[in-house]
Amino acid sequence: MTKDQLIAKLKSIVEPYIQNEEAFNNLSENTDFINDLKINSANLVDVVLDVEDEFDIRIENDDMEKMISVKTAMDIINEKLNAK
Amino acid sequence: MKNRVVITGLGVVAPNGVEIDAFLKAIKNGDSGITFHQNLKDLEFSCCIGGIPEISEEKKLNYLTPLQLRNFNSNGILYGCIAGIDAWKDAGLSIDKDSELDFNSGTIFGTGTSGVEKFREAIYKLDDKQVKRLGSTVVVQTMASGISAFLGGILGLGNQVTTNSSACTTGTEAILMGYERIKNGHAKRMLVGSCSDDGPYIWGGFDTMRVMTYKHNNTPKKGSRPMSVSASGFVPGSGAGALVLESLESALDRKATIYAEIIGGNINSGGQRNNGTMTAPNPEAVQHCIKNAIKDAQIKAKDIDTINGHLTATSKDTLEIENWSKALNLNRNDFPYINSLKSMVGHCLAAAGSIESVATVLQIKNQFLFPNINCEDLHPGISALISEEKVVKQLMHTTINIAAKASFGFGDVNACVIFKKYN
Repeated sequence: MTKDQLIAKLKSIVEPYIQNEEAFNNLSENTDFINDLKINSANLVDVVLDVEDEFDIRIENDDMEKMISVKTAMDIINEKLNAK
Repeated sequence: MKNRVVITGLGVVAPNGVEIDAFLKAIKNGDSGITFHQNLKDLEFSCCIGGIPEISEEKKLNYLTPLQLRNFNSNGILYGCIAGIDAWKDAGLSIDKDSELDFNSGTIFGTGTSGVEKFREAIYKLDDKQVKRLGSTVVVQTMASGISAFLGGILGLGNQVTTNSSACTTGTEAILMGYERIKNGHAKRMLVGSCSDDGPYIWGGFDTMRVMTYKHNNTPKKGSRPMSVSASGFVPGSGAGALVLESLESALDRKATIYAEIIGGNINSGGQRNNGTMTAPNPEAVQHCIKNAIKDAQIKAKDIDTINGHLTATSKDTLEIENWSKALNLNRNDFPYINSLKSMVGHCLAAAGSIESVATVLQIKNQFLFPNINCEDLHPGISALISEEKVVKQLMHTTINIAAKASFGFGDVNACVIFKKYN
């Protein structure tokens, strides 16, 4: 999967939870889930669950804590996909 | 100096009508909202009929955001939000997610249990060792105070935001708790009401107790028969009712429409003594509750024009009439008119008291009495106490100045509220 494909998939996963439309439209690798997209912190767990379903991977507590931006999410997803 | 308390907004989600206009029309017509439910039949329920409000997917989006509706599976909260938001708007109050926090407004919105369907979903996942995958909304959908938490956030309420729970008394109790709060100057406005989930997981416990009718699976609209000799148990219902209570001063300042005034009430318990049990009322306590409500309202029993009874269509209906008759010391032709909304919507459990109070207030505002349907064969135990014409069987247009509404619940708990036409 290319980087752009992965970003596109992540973009559609986070869409239901975002509260800042502008930051969402300009979503890039450097976008932060809470500070930029204004995702409610309680919803981060739902983002993780949706990522698990989309990529058929399991994300453990340690990795989950790190998944706070597009960049960290991509790193963790790639790591899990490579380990499959 | 105590504040006078008036009702300035109404909202309802009932099996026979969602929103006030539709509900008003339905109760005037005597329209039953009871239908057959195949899922109950498939699960081998004895009673396969019930009252479930119809809410389209499109309508849900008028009240909750797509995010709030994501993984949402708590129909009681949905009904409560619709009724609560409608009541708020009906009172002429605005809803704006960026509004300033309003410390003068709060909510007491009751329920019996919250989100049983969501809870079931969660338990299946948990038992399958999937606790990590429950998602973030299990708690808010299944906590008892889920409904008041949803409404508090949607409306930006800064006064007390809580949920009460007292079985089938819940809705009427919420009204009286909000009333006390405004009367004593602790709030200017309280959104009060109650909601109840529907479906097999909430109704199953009653089905096994054989307190729901199993005789009307082919005739659902005839199933709920309060005060009838052929009453054979209650029909389960669901939904929500909501009222905006406000100090008279605040209502006049805002030039709000006033539906009616609350002039008093009483809440008590029979302590499961003197024939009172977990499931049956102590008659002495029921009468005590009604008498004290009248005393609190500073009226005389004969001032009551109509009673909206609890009257569930079980064997206890005659006992309820006897309790009213003794408490009021009125019988035969002196007894007030009486009807039960349950004849049309079934027993909406925790939502019953609030939905039925909305109906009672509409009767006062529009000066009519709705028909108690399915009572062509009045129970002889009731006709021995009160004149048959006091049981309202047809729509009546008559002067209604004062109405008494009572609810009784498991745990031997009672509540009685007195509504008056606002002058």
